[in-house]
Amino acid sequence: MILNINGVDHQLDAGAADEPLLSVLRNHLQLTGTKYGCGEGQCGACTILLDGMPIRSCITPAATVEHKKITTIEGLEQKGELHPAQAAFLQHDAMQCGYCTSGMIISAVGLLRSNPNPTDAEIVKYMNGNICRCGTYPRIVAAIKQAAKGGSR
Amino acid sequence: MNDDLLRELREQETSSKLHWFELDRRGFLQLLGGGLLICAAATRVVAQESGSGNRSHDLPKELSAWLHIGEDGRITAFTGKVEIGQNIRTSLAQQVAQELRVPINSVTLLMGDTEHVPWDAGTFGSRTTPTMAPQLRSASSTARDTLLQLAARKWSVDRATLVAEGGKIFNPRSKQSLSYGELTHGQNLVRTVAADPPDTPPAQYQFTGKPLTKLNGREIVTGKHQYPSDISRPGMLHGKIVRPSGFKAKLVSADTSAADKIPGVKVVRDTDFIGVVAPSVSAAQRAAEAIKAEWKVPPQPSNATLFDFLMQNVDSTQMSQQHVVGDIEKARQSADHSLDHNYTVQYIAHAPLEPRAAVAEWNGEQLTVWTGTQRPFGVRDELAEAFRLDPGQVRVIMPDTGSGYGGKHQGDAAIEAARLAKAAGKPVRVVWTREEEFTWAYFRPAGVIQARSGFMRDGTLRFWEFHNYNSGPSGINTPYNVPNQLIQYHPVDSPLRQGSYRGLAATANHFARESHMDEVADALKMDPLELRLKNLTDARLRAVLEAAAEKFGWGKVKPSTVRGFGIACGVEKGGYIATCAEVELDPKLHRFGIRRVTAAFECGRIVNPDGLENQISGAIVQGIGGALFEEVKFKDGRILNPHFADYRVPRFAEIPQIDIVMVDRNDLPSAGAGETPIVGIAPAVANALFSATGLRQRNMPLAPRP
Repeated sequence: MILNINGVDHQLDAGAADEPLLSVLRNHLQLTGTKYGCGEGQCGACTILLDGMPIRSCITPAATVEHKKITTIEGLEQKGELHPAQAAFLQHDAMQCGYCTSGMIISAVGLLRSNPNPTDAEIVKYMNGNICRCGTYPRIVAAIKQAAKGGSR
Repeated sequence: MNDDLLRELREQETSSKLHWFELDRRGFLQLLGGGLLICAAATRVVAQESGSGNRSHDLPKELSAWLHIGEDGRITAFTGKVEIGQNIRTSLAQQVAQELRVPINSVTLLMGDTEHVPWDAGTFGSRTTPTMAPQLRSASSTARDTLLQLAARKWSVDRATLVAEGGKIFNPRSKQSLSYGELTHGQNLVRTVAADPPDTPPAQYQFTGKPLTKLNGREIVTGKHQYPSDISRPGMLHGKIVRPSGFKAKLVSADTSAADKIPGVKVVRDTDFIGVVAPSVSAAQRAAEAIKAEWKVPPQPSNATLFDFLMQNVDSTQMSQQHVVGDIEKARQSADHSLDHNYTVQYIAHAPLEPRAAVAEWNGEQLTVWTGTQRPFGVRDELAEAFRLDPGQVRVIMPDTGSGYGGKHQGDAAIEAARLAKAAGKPVRVVWTREEEFTWAYFRPAGVIQARSGFMRDGTLRFWEFHNYNSGPSGINTPYNVPNQLIQYHPVDSPLRQGSYRGLAATANHFARESHMDEVADALKMDPLELRLKNLTDARLRAVLEAAAEKFGWGKVKPSTVRGFGIACGVEKGGYIATCAEVELDPKLHRFGIRRVTAAFECGRIVNPDGLENQISGAIVQGIGGALFEEVKFKDGRILNPHFADYRVPRFAEIPQIDIVMVDRNDLPSAGAGETPIVGIAPAVANALFSATGLRQRNMPLAPRP
């Protein structure tokens, strides 16, 4: 099985095909920026982009994403330059423990791709599947609005 | 320090503490390279941390290292406190940089590694800012003083003519300067923290009081930071525990033959413990599922009988101190009015987004464990006890962790990983599933609180009787002036495993007390804010009440059947909080939402306004969960809602407008801020609901799911 992750093809053992994509990323490829939070698609910590669309990697069998473009949090920074969403989260200190941050940023990138200028209500609706147990939601909304101003890619 | 915290700290202490200071200072300098090492007498630190006063007659034999300045000028501060999202890595570095007059990015904090940091009881009770920060400031100012001495000697000038600035010692007359690295180069200096180190006058503060974002934020937004569940070791296997079918279960039989046949799988049985190790998480999962275990689960209470159970099962063997003022029996006769109500709170789960995780590695009889815990030294001792080792044979490393909220005190995952690694002969990682986290961790205690009050027609409180069953003693005493009081905590053998939580029992006690104060106001048809102020002389608490009320616009709009307003206040762990809430009701749908929250908080001098605002806001959001809908449902020794689909936590859509007033008392020492702002939200919302509906809700959560 070959998975294209952050622009690089990775050859994997056949056994990995049965595993959730999250487990393949974390345990086979050491791409640990994508987090386990619930394993049931309820919290958003494991969110990755599949052909530009955010999906929950914990409930996605790895075999179903062959030949697709996978982007994880590790793939957003390019040539040392943060993605505007990453920069905005940093600027707004939109985190406490930071464990949900990867999934939040990836979801935000997905939102900004489909809706480059979201209202507060649109942000809340789109992001509602992502849990921040530390409760930094107001800062995350502010960061996403800032990222929208900075332009997406 | 209050009695509750002392009691809590005492509970963390273990008999092996005497062996906890075994730092070899020369070894330390070999490890770090030369330079300047600042140490403190270990026993002094322990006495300070445990609040048990002056133990200076216990002359220290050993020293623990707090600060190192390398030959390259890099500064490392060592602390047993850990980072779980409360942002102390940043706020402590801020204060070290401040005392050393260096840019913030030249300071690194080494936290929670039991081999390299001074012993610490744990990160709880909002103790970091009031106790650890002064400790590191003293070490830093001692270092600064030493650097000044070194430069003075080198230049043969009076030390008083030199200044420390920007990581250098500077001679304003000769315009000469030497960087800290130049001064410490080739040195192997060890200094002890001065008895009375020169503190920086607040007017000269460069960092304290200035907003600063998370120091390692870039590692987090790029996914590079390694949380405990991200740690990987060469040859590492994955572990999985076969959990009992219910609490307090006994293993009757287990058939592991099918699991044994899976290639690469090893089954580990040790009394009632059954675990597996495998090369992959999915193989470990399959093996655990292939084990047929039969358990016997004894009958036990459920939510339906919980509150009766708590009232009827007080553990009389545990000492429960009465707080008595005046004569409550006499006062009962003289009060114009009296009230008597019970308030209840359900068990809730911390549900940290990173579940419990540990990686264990044995090297002969030496054990190293990476794990997310608020008590690295406590977990070290748990491991030592579990494997009959000397604590010196165990090293616990705590990478900055995906939160805790008081929920990560115990070393369960660490012990499991170590047990499996010992059997496998290879490093093993154990990461709990969400269901395990919701079931086998521990909960914030449920409780019943009886409040009885008597008061005069003018609103003056005459007596106050307050009994807390099982929730806990934190925040149990009233801040109001009452001449006759009887306050008591009644410990119960809890049906569910329970433990620390953000603010401990202060959330439950404030819910009951501040709800009851509202009932007193209603009985007298008095404004709830006026009633509180009438019975309060604590100037700091009055100040936050008035600040919150003003910002909120208290009393400007009258409540109606669709809109209600509530207020609550409290003081706990050195922080003063007042919270106002506005709720909006949809009477047709029997629904309501929180529209607006205003909180005023004061904790002495503000260290990092950005971090403080983040903590206050986060505490309000987390508090909304417990106030409205968080509730652990259980029956027959099982948790019925161990998933985020059934156990609802606050999400984006539940977040009201939040306005925060940070009252800066820069004339007072800083208190911690991670916990206390949570205590006001639940009673403020309950009181707001009452103001709209006239119906009093006395159970938390206020709006449980059917």
